[in-house]
Amino acid sequence: MLVGGFGMAGMPVQLIDALIDQGATDLTVVSNNAGNGDTGLAALLAKGRVRKVVCSFPRQHDSWVFDGLYREGKVELELVPQGNLAERMRAAGAGIGAFFSPTGVGTPLAEGKETREIDGRTYVLEHPIRGDVALVGAHHADRMGNLVYRKTARNFGPVMATAARLVVAQVTEVVETGELDPEAVVTPSIYVDRVVRVGGGER
Amino acid sequence: MSLSKQEMAAAVARDIPPGSYVNLGIGQPTLVADHLPSGSGVVLHTENGMLNMGPAAVGDQVDPDLTNAGKQPVTELPGASYFHHADSFAMMRGGHLDVCVLGAFQVSAGGDLANWHTGEADAVPAVGGAMDLAIGAKSVFVMMSLFAKDGTPKLVPACTYPLTGVGCVDRVYTDLATFEIRPEGVAVLETFGTSYDELAGRLDVPLLR
Repeated sequence: MLVGGFGMAGMPVQLIDALIDQGATDLTVVSNNAGNGDTGLAALLAKGRVRKVVCSFPRQHDSWVFDGLYREGKVELELVPQGNLAERMRAAGAGIGAFFSPTGVGTPLAEGKETREIDGRTYVLEHPIRGDVALVGAHHADRMGNLVYRKTARNFGPVMATAARLVVAQVTEVVETGELDPEAVVTPSIYVDRVVRVGGGER
Repeated sequence: MSLSKQEMAAAVARDIPPGSYVNLGIGQPTLVADHLPSGSGVVLHTENGMLNMGPAAVGDQVDPDLTNAGKQPVTELPGASYFHHADSFAMMRGGHLDVCVLGAFQVSAGGDLANWHTGEADAVPAVGGAMDLAIGAKSVFVMMSLFAKDGTPKLVPACTYPLTGVGCVDRVYTDLATFEIRPEGVAVLETFGTSYDELAGRLDVPLLR
């Protein structure tokens, strides 16, 4: 599962609630954080549905759900530098087999990975992260599935939308096809399989 | 007198060239924004996907969709732009950012940075964008106290904490002195409430004048 959001900005809370109701378990979740407070990803974790979290920044002042599960050994963590996390999903969506990144070279997060010197600089080989399902939070959609985002809530949405077999977007409004300015569309409809409208006031 | 955190932030701000594109790390480095002179033309990048970030949002300005890397509500300035995470980090790795300012647990004499993990067994590790920033920005400034609370130096011959980046730090701004990491060694640029000789006696790192 690729789950959008940076903290709560862009977090598809209602889609995660629906996932909780749906009952899927033993999930691997890829997201920047590992849940905030008790809603969204934190709620999914609290239900014991997640086997592994792939993220860059689990530890936050309000990540008590993840912290507790991690310390009890009830959830596995793969820590990935934030830029490599984004680029690994971008690579998956763009059909790239793997790529050499300068990020993390010489650190514990590159241990055991292939490195190569290119033009005098050392890079580490990073592989794509592809999701079965991506849940993203966007601002508006049209009926074709074109998406626009709002401010920094865009974050991982456009990248994750390219990198999963089934892409579900939650939006605050669905407009008629033709009503979004084509120049302003950030995620083109080809990437989006389902759009769910949630109330404008809800988050 | 040694420098307060605000004075350290001011010292960093003085060395940021006008018109620079700058990323300020979470925590102390965010204080630097308060000391950039108006009209400096410095554009702040926040890695969650924005250029020309404005000051912290207050009251009606607070918008859950507009936060900084520390997830605090912020504002946008005229000329701001938004972009997704892959683009945001491409800006770093691609060498487009002029300066980043980061906190640190340790910096080595060779410019290695350790700032993401204390190595404690039960600590929940978190790295965020620190590794990307450390190797991506044209200049990496570190802002930290020179000594830990237990008195051990944080400018060290070799880092004992897990590394964030290798040979990436250019300058170290501390409460007691500002240092420049040069190929030939660590140079003391300025001291505050102490002397070169006193620092040389307290640090295990050879210092250039």
